[in-house]
Amino acid sequence: MSKVLLEVKGLRVAVAGNEILRGVDLMIREGEVHAIMGPNGSGKSTLAQVLAGHPAYAILAGTVTYDGKDLLAMIPEERAREGVFLAFQYPVEIRGITNSYFLRSALNAIRKHRGQPELDPMDFLQLLEDKLKNIGWDDSLMNRPVNEGFSGGEKKRNEILQLAALEPRLAILDETDSGLDIDALKTVANAVNELRSPDRSFLIVTHYQRLLNYITPDVVHVLADGRIVKSGGPELAHELEAKGYDWLRDGAMVS
Amino acid sequence: MAVKTGPVERLVGAYHAWATNGAARAPAWLKDLREGGIAQFREVGFPTMKQEAWRFTSVAPIADAAFELAAPASRIPHPAAIEPFLLGDAAPHRLVFVNGLFSPELSSVSGFPAGVRVESLAQALVTDADLVRRHLCKYAAFQDRPFAALNTAFVRDGAFVHVPAKVTVEEPIQLLFLAVSANDGAARVVAHPRNLIVIDREARATVVETYASLEQDVYWTNAVTEVVVADGARVDYHRVQRESGRAYHVATTETHQGRDSTVNLHAVAFGGALSRHDLRSVMAGPGGTLILNGLYLLAAEQHADHHTTIDHAAPHCASHEYFNGVLDGRSRGVFTGRIIVRPGAQKTDSKQTNNNLLLSPDAHADSQPQLEIYADDVKCTHGSTVGPLDPRALFYLRSRGLGEREARRLLTYGFGAEILGRMEVAALRAQLDRIVRARLAET
Repeated sequence: MSKVLLEVKGLRVAVAGNEILRGVDLMIREGEVHAIMGPNGSGKSTLAQVLAGHPAYAILAGTVTYDGKDLLAMIPEERAREGVFLAFQYPVEIRGITNSYFLRSALNAIRKHRGQPELDPMDFLQLLEDKLKNIGWDDSLMNRPVNEGFSGGEKKRNEILQLAALEPRLAILDETDSGLDIDALKTVANAVNELRSPDRSFLIVTHYQRLLNYITPDVVHVLADGRIVKSGGPELAHELEAKGYDWLRDGAMVS
Repeated sequence: MAVKTGPVERLVGAYHAWATNGAARAPAWLKDLREGGIAQFREVGFPTMKQEAWRFTSVAPIADAAFELAAPASRIPHPAAIEPFLLGDAAPHRLVFVNGLFSPELSSVSGFPAGVRVESLAQALVTDADLVRRHLCKYAAFQDRPFAALNTAFVRDGAFVHVPAKVTVEEPIQLLFLAVSANDGAARVVAHPRNLIVIDREARATVVETYASLEQDVYWTNAVTEVVVADGARVDYHRVQRESGRAYHVATTETHQGRDSTVNLHAVAFGGALSRHDLRSVMAGPGGTLILNGLYLLAAEQHADHHTTIDHAAPHCASHEYFNGVLDGRSRGVFTGRIIVRPGAQKTDSKQTNNNLLLSPDAHADSQPQLEIYADDVKCTHGSTVGPLDPRALFYLRSRGLGEREARRLLTYGFGAEILGRMEVAALRAQLDRIVRARLAET
């Protein structure tokens, strides 16, 4: 069995005084793809944001170990440099900064951390071209300001493009499928599949099962009321699609 | 008993002394123009904060200080000293003015297509008097503008650019206005540069107008520029205000557009203790396109007021206005965006945005759109923001590996880069980009 990359134990998290995560346990090994599903308000996006280090959340209890290190002790940029990547549900628009300039700055911050030489614009473009070729995309988004004036689909595509360029070890996809039509969904899913590798793990947060028709997860978890109430194989996603979430919620309460 | 002289009387006195001495040989029409200017200024005086157009800006520091016209024999700086303000090989043509007066030693004008005029206004008043007379003061009305009236009273020099019909001047023409210590450094100097740019039918030109100083003196620039763009013509006009941090800068820029013409107007303000820039663009013919693109980057106690008016007087015109402010220290930025859509100006497409970034809790911005729409089939949108850096954007950048300091700098830089990115003159863009980066390094 491959090495454990991420281990979450008894994680309890509050935002603005409300406890959202009430004791989450989760273990992801290198190369695995985990999906977290659950109804609205279950805490899925909170988990994704907490792992990336969003400052709005208060950790009440629990530990998160990433690659043997205490993830919760790291500031967001340290997590990114150590290989944690969050594809945002709502990517932010950055005026005046081109995608290419932004991505090169980010990549160089990560390379510097790894002790690699920084890339000049020419080297960066070459590297980017190679990465884009791997997922079958062109560089049409690169010279536009980050996410500004992008369609919903372009914003989500841009998150995956960053994922491809920054090469994280743990990629967290926060509802990347929301707001995508079926063609855009397939494009994104195909790119994610190309990016799967034995040394990269994925945590895919989604409300719907349809993304998992194109990305087959190793493990599916159901998060309800701040706790993981059930885990299983890919077939669990289909079961949820057919039966909804209520049966699990009730089950969680009696058990 | 000594009679205390007020600021207005003092300036009127200075005008009469000059009019009867230095300016006595002017032609009658020009004298009439000047007399009209001083009469108007005497009547209305300096604006006060009780006036709607001046409610956020006090000009008391200008009114209360005594300024003198620079003597014609101002010290001429060494050519090497002005290089930081020039654009190198990218703009070989330049008119340089020292304290408002033309400096042939520092200027370089040659090799234009036939019929193109690029010369000092003082020269043009002699050699191209009819052309100047036809346009001068025909656009920048001064009835409601005391500073433009005062400038008109003291009209004597500035830049004159005329591009005849169907002629394109490829390389940018730079107009550089330098303030240097003068009159033995004993007095504070005022200059009233007056510029007239006339682009005839289907002609095209690019102009870069720069205001700068070699010293950190207190002085006052009171400039007026009229830009006339005839049918089918295009001008890319850039205005760079990088005066001394202790200077006062008041300016009026007026553009007047004919049918199917294009004006791309870029205005950046970095300098000045107190600056006020009135921009008025009249879209007088159908099918015109206007871009008003501005940036103010302020720190310490700086105060900059941009008062813009876009006058849609004809149908089927498009105007896009973008002004960004980056305010640090105790600085204050004021933006007024007035858009008038006249009756009959149907199919007007007007878009205005003003975004202000406050880098310090003591910085302040006032942003006020004023839409006056008298036509019913138009599209007019406006939006403005005032606030610190967006925490969501900060987290987004940090989640990609950028350190907090670098993330802040990048987001701040974006406010400037968004505006500079619309300029087509690469050498100017690079020059301004260096200034923006240097200023950010200080924060």
